[in-house]
Amino acid sequence: MDPLSWGEIIVRILYQFLPVWISMFVVFTASITFKRKLGLYGRIFDSTVGMIGFALVTFWVFTAFYASAFDLIATHDPLVQASGMKNKVPGTPLRDAAEGAYAFYLLGGDNLARDVFSRMVHGSAIVLSIAPLATLFGYVVGVTLGLPAGYFGGRLDTILSFLANLILAFPVILLFYLLVTPEIIATGIPMYMAAVFFIFPLVFITVLLNSRYKVLPHIRTPLLAVVLTIGIWIYFSTISESGRGTFVDFWPNALDLFNIPGGVLVVFISVVFVNSPTIFRIIRGLTMDVKSRDYVAAAQTRGETPWYIMLWEILPNVRGPLIVDFCLRIGYATILLGTLGFFGLGLPPESPDWGSTINDGRKLLSVYLHPALTPAFSLLSLVLGLNLLADGLREESLKD
Amino acid sequence: MGMFILKRLGVMALTALGLTLIVFYMTNLYPNLEKLAKTQGNFRMSETEVSTWLNNRGYTRPLLVKYGEWLGVLPGYVIEGTDGEVRARCAPQGQSVEDAPEYCGVFQGGWGYSSVFKEPASDIMWKRLSLTGFLMLCALLLTIPVALLIGILAGMREGSKTDRTLSTFSIVTSATPEYVSGVVLIAIFASSAVGLKWFKGSATKAMESPDFENFTLPVLTIALFSIGYIARMTRASMTEVMTAQYIRTARLKGVSFGNIVLKHALRNALIAPFTVIILQIPYLLTGVVITETLFNYKGFGWLLVQAAGNNDIDMLLGVSVVSVIIVLATQLISDIGYVYLNPRIRIS
Repeated sequence: MDPLSWGEIIVRILYQFLPVWISMFVVFTASITFKRKLGLYGRIFDSTVGMIGFALVTFWVFTAFYASAFDLIATHDPLVQASGMKNKVPGTPLRDAAEGAYAFYLLGGDNLARDVFSRMVHGSAIVLSIAPLATLFGYVVGVTLGLPAGYFGGRLDTILSFLANLILAFPVILLFYLLVTPEIIATGIPMYMAAVFFIFPLVFITVLLNSRYKVLPHIRTPLLAVVLTIGIWIYFSTISESGRGTFVDFWPNALDLFNIPGGVLVVFISVVFVNSPTIFRIIRGLTMDVKSRDYVAAAQTRGETPWYIMLWEILPNVRGPLIVDFCLRIGYATILLGTLGFFGLGLPPESPDWGSTINDGRKLLSVYLHPALTPAFSLLSLVLGLNLLADGLREESLKD
Repeated sequence: MGMFILKRLGVMALTALGLTLIVFYMTNLYPNLEKLAKTQGNFRMSETEVSTWLNNRGYTRPLLVKYGEWLGVLPGYVIEGTDGEVRARCAPQGQSVEDAPEYCGVFQGGWGYSSVFKEPASDIMWKRLSLTGFLMLCALLLTIPVALLIGILAGMREGSKTDRTLSTFSIVTSATPEYVSGVVLIAIFASSAVGLKWFKGSATKAMESPDFENFTLPVLTIALFSIGYIARMTRASMTEVMTAQYIRTARLKGVSFGNIVLKHALRNALIAPFTVIILQIPYLLTGVVITETLFNYKGFGWLLVQAAGNNDIDMLLGVSVVSVIIVLATQLISDIGYVYLNPRIRIS
């Protein structure tokens, strides 16, 4: 078979992404039709910048979704090596493709003869399953600590701010090298950190519901019982790992819903750890700014509890800047993940995530461009999309 | 003001203490020490050999004692090892134990001894820091004028075509981490696949003789991200100033547009970017680590990676102290500078 020309490669790649195009088309038509009823989300479609950003983000979200859930889009297994495909240029046909297998490496082969295109597609699934979730966790930690620090001030604020500044004074890469090495994983420190960090969502939800329904005990008690049971179950499923000899081994295997691979967990924790102090500072600042407003004083006069005021009066009123920052921060978390991969920390070396593939590809960069450039542009487009989306949101939320 | 600076210096010292204690704790965890023993001794040491090796060199004593020695508030150890050799903390290889001073910590000016480079840590640090300082200086000299120019041109007339083009440029560069822009720049300008070959993809030679060919790409890689970021901040502050009342008054008085921008708007528009530029320096540090790794330029960032990868305890502590000083000093300078530049704050 002849190698493909660039035109054919582009057409075939566009065809591979067909499910993504269809889904994006559906989302966009539906959103634009009903944009007046969709609040802030609908207003993204009033700004071109926001729409471009949203398109880039949804593109990668759908790619990640279809690639990991239905095994669509990718043409080959991201980890399988094919003979004779080492460093081959984009569009090279496979030497003896099996029946039913895709006959080409659309974006060429890397230095271990794996398909660059499929690795990029599967890489998006890894990046998009870690970065947004890690940002969300960072937010939960930041909100749970930042609200009281800003609201109460005093000694609590001094101590928490000092700790946040202490973490921020670390160069990020030094922190990664201290946290994400096999030796540190062997000591179990990431597991302890996970045990601490994963408590925050539980605390947050409990306080959130309790402060709201305190006056209605007949709703609160059953609600909290259900939520806490599920929450604690998930908590122990996350941090207990059977047979690893960690300190939470008591959790019975039958109740263990899922196991997160050690490498992914430590990467996740370190991204949360690096992100949360900044989020803490943002929320603390916003809280200090808002707490002198009249509606807060009114709530205090009504005799509301401090946590009710923080979570149900202050937090909803500072959501504007937080939503914008959330988008930006997912982009930052993506960059951090890439940094970890670039230094070969955390995730296994054969992992198709973009940082690791860039690191793999850069060694032969002067001769073969495609193995490094493909993930580089993917990462760039996702981060750019998130930044544009944040810009669009900021613009739209400033309009009123 | 004096009190303010003193207080900040106090916080700085406290932060440095806390940070080094954390680094000390992490690097002295047993698996890390085991790795150190194996890389320094040999890789086939048995468990008991590892623990003898560590015992003979004082690594297995309590953490706070070792930390005190490193600080210089406790006398350095003198241990007669099981192999009969007497080792002292303050007598590095080749020096006799009797001549060694009793204290040799940071307070006495001793930064310890690098286990990877077999040299005093402070010597290596100065050498590497000067290399990185030069790289950062070049990057800043490129970043600041370009970023300010882009920001001012874009923010001068909000919504114009220039504004849109320049804003797109700055948003793209500020979304590009160094390891992406570096890879793209090498691919375009240094690879034989594209064939331009204007610059070199490695900056190893730039350590002795930096020239246009081998130094452009690393400088550009570091600068690009900051250019985008600072330009966006400058644009935001410029657009805000351009809508202010006094600018409108000046326009109505018939002052020319060029004069308004240069004489009226710039002064106020540059206050915010000043803080951003100063605070960008610590972020440059992260970019420097990536860029130096990518271009194989053996500066401070490369040193950090080497020290961390080999668990070189003294070296890592030195590196962390230097970086924490850079981070906190830049914060202090930006705060003080902001107060001086902004009369509204100075008077209140």
